[in-house]
Amino acid sequence: MEERKNQIKAFAVLGLMILISLLYYKANVYYMYLVVYIWFGLAYGMMLQYGRFCFASASRDLFAAGVPRMAVGILIALIFFSVIQATLAATNMSTFHPAPFGIHTLISGMIFGVGMVLAGGCASGSLYKIGEGNGTSILSILGISFGQAIFVDVGGPFLKLVPDSWTASTAAKHLPADKVTSWFDYYLTGYVWDKPAIQLSHTPAFSNALPGASKYFIADALISAIIPALVLIIVIYAFYIRKGFIKKRSKQTGKPAGLSDHFAGIWSMLTASKRTSIMGVIIGITAGLHIFVMKGMQIKFGVSNFGTLLTKMGHAADTSAWGTVFDPGYWYITTQEGQFGGWVLDKLGWNMRDNVFFGLNNGLPEPWRNPALWMSIGIIFGAMIMSLMSKEFKFKLPKGELIVWGLLGGTLMGLGSRPALGCNIGAFFIRVAGGDPSGWLYGIGMVTGAFAGVKFFNWWSERKMAAEMADF
Amino acid sequence: MAMKFEKKGEGVYALDVCGYVCPHPQIYCKKSLEKIAEGEVLEMTFDNPSSAETILQMLDQAGHDLMEKKNEGGKIVFKIKKG
Repeated sequence: MEERKNQIKAFAVLGLMILISLLYYKANVYYMYLVVYIWFGLAYGMMLQYGRFCFASASRDLFAAGVPRMAVGILIALIFFSVIQATLAATNMSTFHPAPFGIHTLISGMIFGVGMVLAGGCASGSLYKIGEGNGTSILSILGISFGQAIFVDVGGPFLKLVPDSWTASTAAKHLPADKVTSWFDYYLTGYVWDKPAIQLSHTPAFSNALPGASKYFIADALISAIIPALVLIIVIYAFYIRKGFIKKRSKQTGKPAGLSDHFAGIWSMLTASKRTSIMGVIIGITAGLHIFVMKGMQIKFGVSNFGTLLTKMGHAADTSAWGTVFDPGYWYITTQEGQFGGWVLDKLGWNMRDNVFFGLNNGLPEPWRNPALWMSIGIIFGAMIMSLMSKEFKFKLPKGELIVWGLLGGTLMGLGSRPALGCNIGAFFIRVAGGDPSGWLYGIGMVTGAFAGVKFFNWWSERKMAAEMADF
Repeated sequence: MAMKFEKKGEGVYALDVCGYVCPHPQIYCKKSLEKIAEGEVLEMTFDNPSSAETILQMLDQAGHDLMEKKNEGGKIVFKIKKG
């Protein structure tokens, strides 16, 4: 009976998404651009929930429990996604663009890493966990949303912290003065924008040595993503699995371990959690397909940003001063949540358009016309459908210490994603697969931050265990 | 909401981490298993499905035995014998 009820609810959610899509289509065919985001979001949500795919658990479970399933899953996804990314780049169908490279990426990653461990999920993981009914994740997403929105807009005393070099560099760009008012505006325009954006295939070394399309496969996919991913898989095996596996194997065979045993060990690690590894493959392929479809929509409507279509539909007020809205063209998480936070604060009377982030770059669309925000909503509903079908949906109000961890972790994720222009997806996963070394820099930061977060939680839980065990 | 770890009987312990999200259930499971002796049983109750996948692999790697696994309306119960 309960199973039947859950199935009905799951189909109701799916029906709602279909209805919403049809209503958008009826309102204007241009909204099909936005509908594509909804359905890819839905697909991501279903896959993330089924595979328990959370970037926080990749490093956290490795450090806290010695379990490598998620780290392995992400590396598998990365390998598949990078090959598709390279294929799209080679056929001029990619929407990928590298990000400015600098120490800021590493520092941001560290802050984000601590945040995702405290919150109990990364930016994408928190969204899918909302779909499972997890109230703590709602707080995390609120922390991400408002943390970012406030961070990009605060000026006042913080402007005293802006170095002269940033001020000079910003001034040289002749941006509208009424849009450059916060500390983050100077950081972005006077520091980040001056940093080089590197894509391996476009560096002189690779583009001269590898003419034609091969540079995308060799530089961006093989060197940037596949080789490092394989090395990491071997390192994880060596540190976490090898000893136990070889001991068990030698007991069974009665012989000392050889190379073939180590290969068997790596394979057993890759297949230990089939649902995570299989989802790694499918997520990698889907993320590539998403880029392909978005590029197709851009070609169909003759635009490079959804802001142009919003303006054509009479919603120019949704866009930035440059006529754009946030429209990444691929899987992305945090900016749209920042826009949601900014939209709420704007409605409450806080001028959120007097900064570069909303005012010049990303706009502040009404949430129902925000394409990337629909992708996030799609993730929630996709995960909800999946968890209902597998009888795992349960609404849980956040209580006690989890309220603090959710809000604090979410805010740290917001603060750790904005300076790097992305999170575990936009700043790590997409960049690494696209041949941008700043992705690995962010990844190293994330893992370091996660390590610190795990150390803290280990200490915290040890204290609580000791208190519980005092009675026996 | 509070984590509960109690001795239910001779060689049987109960860990209740319902309401907790990642990483708490897996950390408490690991720490509880560290506290009990080989051959003793831990009955763990939690309601965060994402933790299940990690706990299952952790048990397998460490050589513990999952004797029973139940899902009762979103509450997951693992009966684990320490190996």
